[in-house]
Amino acid sequence: MSLANYEEKATDFGNPNWVAYQTIVRTEVRRFTRIWVQTMIPPAITMTLYFIIFGSLIGRRIGEMGGFDYMAYIVPGLIMMSVITNSYANVSSSFFGAKFGKFIEEMLVSPISNQTILLGYVTGGVARAVFVGIIVTILSLFFTHLAIHNILAVVSITLLTAVLFSLLGFINGVYAKRFDDVSIVPTFVLTPLTYLGGVFFSIDLLPDFWAGVAQLNPILYVVNAFRFGILGVSDISLGWAYGILISMTVVAYVIAVRLLANGAGVRS
Amino acid sequence: MSYALEINSLKKTYDNGFEALKGIDLTVEKGDFFALLGPNGAGKSTTIGILCSLVNKSSGSVKVMGYDIDHDFGMAKRHLGVVPQEFNFNQFEKTQNILINTAGYHGIPRAEATPRIEHYLKRLGLWDKRDNPSRALSGGMKRRLLIARALVHQPDLLILDEPTAGVDIELRRGMWDFLTEINNQGTTIILTTHYLEEAEALCRNVSIINHGEIIANSSTRDLLASLHTVTFVCDLAAPIDSVPVIEGYECALPDAMTLEVEVDKGQSLNEVFAALSAHQVSVTSMRTKTNRLEELFVSMTSGDSK
Repeated sequence: MSLANYEEKATDFGNPNWVAYQTIVRTEVRRFTRIWVQTMIPPAITMTLYFIIFGSLIGRRIGEMGGFDYMAYIVPGLIMMSVITNSYANVSSSFFGAKFGKFIEEMLVSPISNQTILLGYVTGGVARAVFVGIIVTILSLFFTHLAIHNILAVVSITLLTAVLFSLLGFINGVYAKRFDDVSIVPTFVLTPLTYLGGVFFSIDLLPDFWAGVAQLNPILYVVNAFRFGILGVSDISLGWAYGILISMTVVAYVIAVRLLANGAGVRS
Repeated sequence: MSYALEINSLKKTYDNGFEALKGIDLTVEKGDFFALLGPNGAGKSTTIGILCSLVNKSSGSVKVMGYDIDHDFGMAKRHLGVVPQEFNFNQFEKTQNILINTAGYHGIPRAEATPRIEHYLKRLGLWDKRDNPSRALSGGMKRRLLIARALVHQPDLLILDEPTAGVDIELRRGMWDFLTEINNQGTTIILTTHYLEEAEALCRNVSIINHGEIIANSSTRDLLASLHTVTFVCDLAAPIDSVPVIEGYECALPDAMTLEVEVDKGQSLNEVFAALSAHQVSVTSMRTKTNRLEELFVSMTSGDSK
């Protein structure tokens, strides 16, 4: 095929970045669905254990929290915990895997823009977070009744949270040099912050000082905003939650795009 | 004139201070079959890395088919196909999916890519393996998969970084035929290789890079013509006891059935054969002691110019 013909045909294909974006998303979704035993089953089992132990067994002795029975109170936080860990893990491990196997070079030598690469990976992370979030939500219905208070808040907070933690996972993947590097943040940062982020308790229970400290934890805003969407109660203002989530997402996006533009972790 | 590749004052200094490229200039004409040669660490891979955005250059400019890789990033990439040294594809992905993905990254939808992929997989003998995970392919098949992947967007400039490394002779010859075929169809090819016989057989023009500098850049024929001395190895019909004296030529006798004769530029083999006939020495076959390009390459890169 001559050069002139190729250029004509390339134009006929439409926006090449859109095709590239669809390709990355399809590849990402195929990846986490192909290894569903590693990606879908563990959160389902873990969350079921949380529902049984914290909700049914311990929760009966705790009684009510925030005006709801304890099981209903912790379900929104546990769903968000799944969304956070799965969006983060999907992007960090997938991007690092592509670096480690060097097949990230397939994208780097192609005409795809950096933003398309980033959006493709983030969409993959959001897709997995939503899949797992739905699975955990369905499982929770075996243990409690969920009446959605504000569907817009539920959808928007889920998507915003998944986008933010996918971006953070991407940044982790860029800097990671070993497989250990993609598990350090989830283990030593995300999990503790999630436990301290009001999944299992209201910050009203904390002494003033620690309640103030807790407000530095971004996961607190995620959990409470989502809990507002499901139950209609929150320890913090919804406006603050959106403001912080959107601000962090914008900052994380700018950092991720800059890292890609500079070739951090992928170009020498 | 618009070139397939135009490199101007290209420099690369790595973070550790190593100066891999010291300001090289290089042009490759459209339709050429070009060899970029050099010893390990000479700067070949750095140059290729810069062309395909895997290495950030320190300064200088690079144009692919007239498109600057900094200012016309998308168009430059669209015209460039790269076959790397390493198997840098997803080992868990099916052979066919690797090509579908690569086509997608170049903006080519699946429906358009599918017939192209079928063509290249069949042409390169991989069609039966299309649904196999790439990790299950043999080394030679993986090498061919890299070539198919580099061609799926039908680039006008194809760069192959040691494509026949570790490939058996039959497969290597098959690859040569295929590369010659696509070059004849108009694709410009730049080849790096350690098999200098390969460069001599395939490439019309050659550039030799050493210590980050281009030390030779001309047609293969002209470069070979600059070789001052060629050593010919003659297989003899019958054993001889001593080295025959041929005036003006240096001869050696490694064993009784083999005679080596050094022939300088301007000297004639006819004189050698006439002298050997006079000495009653009969030659059954003859070959050059080393590949001619290899001889030149070694003398240039070792600084030992004959």
